[in-house]
Amino acid sequence: MSRQQLLVGTRKGAWVIDSNADRSVWNINGPMHLGAVVSHFVADTRNPSQRLMSVGSGHLGPSVFLSNDAGASWREASTPPAFSVEPNGAARSVDHVFWLTQGHASEPNVWYAGTSPQGLFKSVDHGDTWQEVLGFNHHPDFLEWRGGDKDGTPDGPKLHSIIVDPHNKKHLLLGMSGGGIFESEDEGETWCALNRGVAMDFYPPKEDGSEYEFGHDPHCMVMHPQQSNRLYHQNHCGLYALDRAQGTRWTRIGDNLPKEVGDIGFPIVVHPRDPDTIWVFPMDGSGQWPRTSPNGRPAVYRSNDGGESFVRQDRGFPQEQAWWTVKRQCMAVDQEDNVGVYLGTSNGQLWGSIDGGENWQPIALDLPQIYSVEVVSLP
Amino acid sequence: MIKIILPSQLDEYTQGERELVLETERADLCLADVINELDKRHQGVAFRLVDEHGNIRRHIAMFIGEQMVRDLAVPVAPNARVQIVGALSGG
Repeated sequence: MSRQQLLVGTRKGAWVIDSNADRSVWNINGPMHLGAVVSHFVADTRNPSQRLMSVGSGHLGPSVFLSNDAGASWREASTPPAFSVEPNGAARSVDHVFWLTQGHASEPNVWYAGTSPQGLFKSVDHGDTWQEVLGFNHHPDFLEWRGGDKDGTPDGPKLHSIIVDPHNKKHLLLGMSGGGIFESEDEGETWCALNRGVAMDFYPPKEDGSEYEFGHDPHCMVMHPQQSNRLYHQNHCGLYALDRAQGTRWTRIGDNLPKEVGDIGFPIVVHPRDPDTIWVFPMDGSGQWPRTSPNGRPAVYRSNDGGESFVRQDRGFPQEQAWWTVKRQCMAVDQEDNVGVYLGTSNGQLWGSIDGGENWQPIALDLPQIYSVEVVSLP
Repeated sequence: MIKIILPSQLDEYTQGERELVLETERADLCLADVINELDKRHQGVAFRLVDEHGNIRRHIAMFIGEQMVRDLAVPVAPNARVQIVGALSGG
């Protein structure tokens, strides 16, 4: 058993929460960057002392902060992500850095960032200076893929779920909340849409009956860390799985969730060793899209068979009148034999389960609105 | 002498300095020059005020005297008072 550390980004700063060896006691440390919006706070598994944090005040624009001493001290990136003028003359400005992903294990200095408005950035110096991935940001079809910057999420469309295939550093995937999923096989030089089979029922059906190639709204995508052909994604229009070795068409596994709950949500996490086991947190996507726990009864749903069936896991959660939800970066798993599952809520609660979601305990109840949760195993 | 007044939101960049004086007799300075000078003294502060395309950030207001300006090319007289305000909106 290892001590676990939760890195928590919130609307008002960041916190670090450490457990003891059996994960029964948690100590809350912080805040860091109090008052700033921390969209993502991540650790580098290639270098445990390195941490990155996206920090934005909402007033002073976006930035990235770096720590080389496991968060004891921080310094700002000397060149944060920023857009150049696009070939079509558009001059977009980064509003916030939404997502951070470390590069391949063979490239310990590389990081990727996704922004709002949607853009992909890369750093080759541990996050100190950032450059645009021009093969994506300046792709001739990019405006058509993403639509205008008013399209998408209410607080701005977001580029998220940047995935570097652990078995092939040239294989990249990402999601755009206004645009869909895109894949590159050449480290970002060229890109193809990967949205076949995904519903887009907020658009009128095509008259010729064909599918939209892009324009979708993926909320969160994961790749199994050991079997990288196995992909899952939670979409605005359902929950999907794809075995990339079998082709490029997603299957809607969310049809196997209870109809009264539905298959709309934001986060999805996959078991660190079993590619058939996933956890999701459905939300109410009916009517005016309240984005709350369905019927005020929060629950995680777990599948052990790749989405063929799901089990409701709500033991320990409030059983009624709990109207929170869980954003896309706010669910995480640890690496323990009995996998720990953690989630942060829209009303500042952090919950954990040390038995794969069977039983839930509150870890912190009074943080600001939680924007991201990541887990680090401590030595 | 140009007086520059800064908001508390910039304390992290200015080490808490809220009021600066730019000694100058030049009559050809513009607001961009003042921001550049500010950035020389407190590295990184300009990008917090002005985006990558030279636009004043949406939630930042800049005043020359009592006049709010959105254009960095506006002239700044040698005896002007420049105040930078961070929006208090939000929750």
